[in-house]
Order: sequence, then structure tokens, then C-alpha cells
Amino acid sequence: MATVFERPHSLCDVPMHYCPGCGHGIIHRLVAEAIDSLGIEGKTVGVASVGCSVFAYNYFNVDMVQAAHGRAPAVATGVKRANPDNIVFTYQGDGDLAAIGTAETVHSAARGENITVIFVNNAIYGMTGGQMAPTSLPGQVTQTSPYGRDVEAVGFPVKICEMLSQLDGPAYIERVAINSVKNIRAAGRAIKKAFTYQVEKKGFSLIEVVSTCPTNWGMTPEKAMKWAEENMIPYYPLGVYRDKYAEKK
Amino acid sequence: MAQKVLMKGNEAIAEAAISCGCRHYFGYPITPQTEIAAYMAKRMPKIGGTFLQAESEIAAINMVIGAASAGVRVMTSSSSPGVSLKSEGISYMAGCDLPALIVNVQRGGPGLGGIQPSQSDYFQATRGGGHGDYHLLVLAPASVQEMAQLTVHAFDLADKYRMPCMLLADGTMGQMMEPVLLEESTAGKVEKPWALTGTGMKRKHNIINSLSLTPDELERWNIDRFKRYEAIERDEVMYEEYLCDDADIVVVGFGIAARVAKNAVKAAREKGVKAGMFRPITLWPFPKNALYERSKTAKAFISVELSMGQMIEDVELAIRCSRPVTLCSRVGGMIPSPAEVLASIMAADEKLKGGK
Repeated sequence: MATVFERPHSLCDVPMHYCPGCGHGIIHRLVAEAIDSLGIEGKTVGVASVGCSVFAYNYFNVDMVQAAHGRAPAVATGVKRANPDNIVFTYQGDGDLAAIGTAETVHSAARGENITVIFVNNAIYGMTGGQMAPTSLPGQVTQTSPYGRDVEAVGFPVKICEMLSQLDGPAYIERVAINSVKNIRAAGRAIKKAFTYQVEKKGFSLIEVVSTCPTNWGMTPEKAMKWAEENMIPYYPLGVYRDKYAEKK
Repeated sequence: MAQKVLMKGNEAIAEAAISCGCRHYFGYPITPQTEIAAYMAKRMPKIGGTFLQAESEIAAINMVIGAASAGVRVMTSSSSPGVSLKSEGISYMAGCDLPALIVNVQRGGPGLGGIQPSQSDYFQATRGGGHGDYHLLVLAPASVQEMAQLTVHAFDLADKYRMPCMLLADGTMGQMMEPVLLEESTAGKVEKPWALTGTGMKRKHNIINSLSLTPDELERWNIDRFKRYEAIERDEVMYEEYLCDDADIVVVGFGIAARVAKNAVKAAREKGVKAGMFRPITLWPFPKNALYERSKTAKAFISVELSMGQMIEDVELAIRCSRPVTLCSRVGGMIPSPAEVLASIMAADEKLKGGK
């Protein structure tokens, strides 16, 4: 019988701890599919961050290190500089990448560090139970913005792709989403392209994935997908923000 | 080829690191250790190594974590305020069992403090500095020669015990010039099967991690780590003694303080006072047994420090408070003079002569 669907080899055959309907499952799969299709599993090293995806080191079937909160791009830099032929990626959430780790994010991008950053933006701190994130939308109700994010008091969300695309360092920056089959397929293509750029030694790439957090948003998975589509994507427009090599055509 | 050259302490550290195979340096400028970074910036590109100036001390130590995870010899260096910033990363390294060298060329504190020599990071270095139950191997050089020697030794120990090792120097040691003989490491290369080099599709994936949400597992990790620490306390203690055999008064000091103390001990001997000097070279593990042995014959101890009195606690603990211990110290970038240490010795002698 022909196999029509199977687990990517670079994803471990273990139960994941993610909540039902969480976007991480889809995104893990897309990363693993990219690794499989490029045949780089044996030389890939992943860097897990702090947040819901902290246990990513148990899920990706590649060598993994767990970094302190926000520091994954610095750790990835060390791994890459030690063994430049390894393919190195970080997997970070919005609190990790866009709040506590902003300096490491900006400077690894500015250096054009030849690593791939997978940035999962679900506009909330998931692991600690639903606090306001740097990417929480204006008016968004969270545990620490119970009356809605008041931009007068706490400022505006951080738009990472827009910010980083102003730098000369990065090779490739794209924002994708997982709210529909079409978008999931596009996200998979972007992630694969990011890894391909690294294999080709083209430099820093970051893929921001607009994701969902049904548990902390207080919605069903289906409604969360709808909410992401109607609220997040308009604020965080999808698309390629920088492609150093496309520009040079 | 080993050859004697005149070098600054900071440069001796850098060259010694290169001589024993360190090809990765990550740092951030801070006085009085910046010569290490400058030296690495010059040398590393010429020998196929990596020098990278990080955006912060925090990023630098995390780059060290990455490179150590990948299995290479790697180091960073900083001075007191910068080491505070690195402390989070150092705790992670201890929790992840990662070997690397961290150099602290201490300056006066707290806060931004000053840029002159100090030893006031003794507690930070020997008690951990970061969060959690852990130790660093802490080595304290007292000459430019030792800056080089102990750098090599630190890398060897770090690899042997799979833990971070700190060279605790001070601004004087970093800035002064002395002839130094650069020697190569005699320790064999340590295999690192745990390193993250990619599975090569040939083995299970390696994971480097300090997290466990299972309390009994995390407890076991801690207990196992402390078993390793016990072996270190047994096997790796280093110290120097000078005229201690018949000494009534033992002056304890490390680094630059020990050099001052040695002069004061000589002066005291000329005055007929039986003084000796005890210099811990490993600050953790502290040479407590050797010092305790001295307390069986010596009648009084003096702790000479460039701090408000930090090592003195280890001296008191080591001798089990069986003898009086006084403090002779200057802080804020000041260094006790031989005359000041001699005055402390003479005062202790007076007290001894005056009976209990």
C-alpha cells in the first residue's frame, strides 16, 4: 500500500505537551518537513527558547540546546561559529524574541548571522498563563491587560518583520500564517526557503508565523483561527519583507 | 615553542588560551580587561579562529554557551559589572554542564564602581553568582606567569569536569607587565560525545538542557553534580605557602594581595616576628584542609583582601574559628601597602604577646 501521509523523520515520535488546537504542532511539522526535504537532519542543530515551545528539544530529532529566555539567537551564533557547516535554527515565541530577547534578535539580524529564526507570534505569553505580549494587539484583553491593551499607557505592539527589514544584515524576512490550508502551505514554502538560504550561506533569515493560542485567548481552535485572520493579520500583514537575493535579480 | 616574553597580564591570558586550543572568543569591551578582546581581535582571524564582539555581556556569555555546546574550547572575559550580567548565563552553563573559561579582571564596586583593582567579587565567584546550587572552579593568579599557566589549567579542568571555570584576576594583574614563559597544555584532548555537532543520522539526538519539571529528577541532577564537586574538592585544591612551618601568624591572601603580604612577611621576619604567608590559588575549592592544618601550630591569622572582608569568612570556616582572624583590607581600587600589612602583623603579634 502506498504511504500518502507520515510523520517527518526529523520530528520525534513522542507525545507533545501542547494544548489542543495550538499552532505549535503545525509549525513544528513545517520546520521538520523543511529539514527532511533538504536532507539536512544529520547536520542540523536547533535552539529551543523559553515559553510554551521550551520542550522543542524533545520534539525535533536533531541535536538541540535549550537557551535562556531571549538568548536563543546568541546561543545559535555560538553554535554556528563553532561549526559553520551545521545548519542552526532557533524556535522562539513572541515574548522570548520581541521582548526579553530584542537585543539578541536585532543584533544577530544586523550581523547577518547565517542562522534561521522561526518566530511564532501568537500575541500572548502562553506558558505563564496568558499575559500581555510585546505583540498583543491594541485593546487585547490578557491577564496583565485586563481592561484591554491601552496603547497610551503601555505602548504599541512590536512589528518585528517591519523593524528588521530596515537593517542591511538580514537575507530573508517573511511573515506567514497558519490560519488556512493555503497559508499553511505558503508558510511551509517560506520556512524551506529560509533553511535553503542558510544552506547556501546567504545569511540571516527570519520567518514570523502568525499563530494562535486557543487556551489563553479563551476560544475554540476554530474560532482562534478566525480571530487570527480577522484581527492579527490586518495588524501584521503577511508577505516578504526583505529578500536580499530577490532584489538583486 | 616555549619562549619567555614580556607581556601584559591580560595579553598573557589571551595568548595562553590560544596556545591551548581556544579558537573562539566572545566578549564586550570593559575596563580593565579590554586588552584581552583587542588581542583576540588581532590574533583570531590569522589562525582561523573566531573573535566576535557581542552586543552585550549577556549575548557574549550565551554565544559561549552555544560554542561550548558545539564542543569547542571557548572563552569570554569581562570585569565586575560585566560579570554580573553574565551571571545568568553562567548559571545555565553550570546547569547544562558546559565547559568554558570566564575571566573576571576585577574592578571596584558595587554598581559601576571604579576601574581600579579590586577583589570584591570573591563572594560572587566562589558562591556562584547566579541562581541555583552550583560552583565554579575559581583560580586566582598572582603573577603574569600564572595568568598564562592558570588559563591553560582552567581550560583543562573545565573539560575534565564539564563545568565552567573562572579565572579571578584583578586590574593590577591585568595591567602589569612581567616576563612570561608560554607553555602548552599537557592534558590530552577530552572527547565530548555529548556535543551538538549534528547526529549525522548515526546516533540519537543530543540534548543540552538545564530544565526539568520533575522534582526528583532535578534533585538527582543536583546531587550528581555535587558528587563531581566532591571529587574536585579532593583532587584539585591548589595553594602556596611561604614560611608557614614555624609561623605564629599566618597571613592569608590571593592574587595581588598575596604579593603584598609576602613582602610584609619578610619585613616581619626581619623584626623577629614569626610570620608566614598562605596563598589560596584555587578559591573554589578553597584549600580548607591545608589551612586547618596550619591552625594547629599558628596562633593567629590575618586575611588580606581588596574587599571589605569576603575571603575572611572562608578562612574562619577553614580553621573552624579556632584562632583569631583579623582583616587587613583596602577597597574601591586601593591596594594595602606592605607597611599596612606589616602593621596588622605587628598588631597581631602584640596581642599574642599580651596573653589571651
